Amino acid sequence: MKYIDKIGWLNRTQGQSKGRFFDGASHTVLFTITLISASVLVAVAAFLILGSLQAFNVIGPVEMLFGDTWRPTSFHNPAFGMLPLMAGTFLVSFLASIIAIPIGLGCTIYLAEIAHPRIRAFLKPAIELLAGIPSVVYGLFAMLILQGWVAQLFGLQHGYVALNGGLILAVMMVPIMVSLAEDAISAVPLELREASYALGATRWETMRSVVLPAAMSGILAAIILSIMRAVGETMAVLMAFNQTPLPTLDPFSGVQTMTATIAIEMGEAAVGGLHYSALFAVGVMLFMITLVMNTVANRIMLRYSEAYR
Amino acid sequence: MNAISRNAKEKLYFNIFRACGALVVLTLVVIMAYMLMGSLPVLSLDFLTEPPRGANTLGGIVTPLVGTICLMGIVFAFAIPIGVLSAVYLSEYQGKGWGARFWHIVVSNLAGVPSIVYGLLGLALFVTFAGLGRSLIASGLTLAILSLPIVISAAREAIQAIPSSLREASMALGATKWQTIWHHVLPYALPGILTGIILALSRAAGETAPILLTGAAFYMSSMPDSIFSQFMALPYHIYAVATQTMAGMNGSPVVYGAAIALLMLVIGMNLVAIIVRKRFREKYRW
Repeated sequence: MKYIDKIGWLNRTQGQSKGRFFDGASHTVLFTITLISASVLVAVAAFLILGSLQAFNVIGPVEMLFGDTWRPTSFHNPAFGMLPLMAGTFLVSFLASIIAIPIGLGCTIYLAEIAHPRIRAFLKPAIELLAGIPSVVYGLFAMLILQGWVAQLFGLQHGYVALNGGLILAVMMVPIMVSLAEDAISAVPLELREASYALGATRWETMRSVVLPAAMSGILAAIILSIMRAVGETMAVLMAFNQTPLPTLDPFSGVQTMTATIAIEMGEAAVGGLHYSALFAVGVMLFMITLVMNTVANRIMLRYSEAYR
Repeated sequence: MNAISRNAKEKLYFNIFRACGALVVLTLVVIMAYMLMGSLPVLSLDFLTEPPRGANTLGGIVTPLVGTICLMGIVFAFAIPIGVLSAVYLSEYQGKGWGARFWHIVVSNLAGVPSIVYGLLGLALFVTFAGLGRSLIASGLTLAILSLPIVISAAREAIQAIPSSLREASMALGATKWQTIWHHVLPYALPGILTGIILALSRAAGETAPILLTGAAFYMSSMPDSIFSQFMALPYHIYAVATQTMAGMNGSPVVYGAAIALLMLVIGMNLVAIIVRKRFREKYRW
């Protein structure tokens, strides 16, 4: 007993003195560093809210949220109703979603269940690359090329309309959705499929009645997270259509999204002024929308990861 | 329902899914092809080494390219150490209780915040509050914050993939916790962490909205001479030339060329990340 104690003592005092020092310090140091990274979320919320206080005080939260006119630069009669901006964000995200969700779903099923491994080995990196293309490049494509196609297809004078933004956002949503939803489908245990085949179901029947329902919550989370990307996207929508803050849901009209509003108007707003503060209020709204969507997606995801452990 | 119609149905659906997959690849090809075709007249090495001229409508892109590389340097210096060490803490020291769940929620929420909102944070925190002004360092720090969640979640995943038997073996030989992490966990997790770092840097290189609010300039006659000066950056350069010059609006080769340069930078980094991950996945199989 004494002998063992002595070895332990030797180890601690001589052989590992350096390690011991780091060991004692490492926990505290690492914890502090982690706190720094976590405090970013608090900082985002705090600085946004601080910045927006003036606008909420002067204009009033009801007027800001439900006012149907956004006319911040008018000298005599400025108005800061966020409704047109929210309508714009809703419209383009909705258009993007109805295009991207079916295609993304189809692509996910193909990638996860049908594609030959050799095709898969090529398709997966292609989708990752699509997800990695900077939004400004998508914006450029929408502005210079896609716009012309939209104009021609629908017989418009120009294609700088909400639909153009919806289309390019759909292109951006698909890769995110596919890579997240594919994980959910791959997580469905093989036994479930085998049981279904054993009962005589075809591959499609197995997929529709067994695999997809089992992966549903994961797919749902993937859809929510990809919609979140569309809601938060700035550059692509900024370049894809004329930014006009109208409270409309017409896909062939110009609209103005919340993100684009911040990007274009921040340059002309005086620091500390009412307009500046109102733009921070738009930021607060965006932040809250993404926070809610993220929480919902997290909840759903948690459920599916617990279902098949 | 008889077997033939069931099989026919399957074929039909499978072809629809196949078409969806093909459509996605087609978009990638179409976008790349248009960007390449548009940039053909300026595609040369000179384009990369010449500064922009004629109100950004002629010349090359060396000034914005250098600005973007500087931004990546700042992100690397700040986001990588903080992100990786946070990931070490979260996966090695933090238990699995509600604490772990809390941190997971924080990190995933951070990853979901729109980039323009990070721009607002940078504007309020670094440009105004900290008094850094519209500068390289303000934009770099904003991008560093934006990349933090990417680094953390990638590094965390890489560390958690290391089997615990490795840690236990090291501990059984008398190594302390930190020694185990330093000598055994981190070396094996390095490829995964590296992949995350590369992806975070490539994302930072392509972001436009945050730097638009925190210091990117339409035109600079010279390279940024200190971290407190304004700068040109490739993604903002594309946006500015495309929307604020007549030539850009009409699709001048200069703007396509800048887009191709940015694409090459970002896709190149992505490819490196994919290769690194693939090679090491084959090397270490637990």
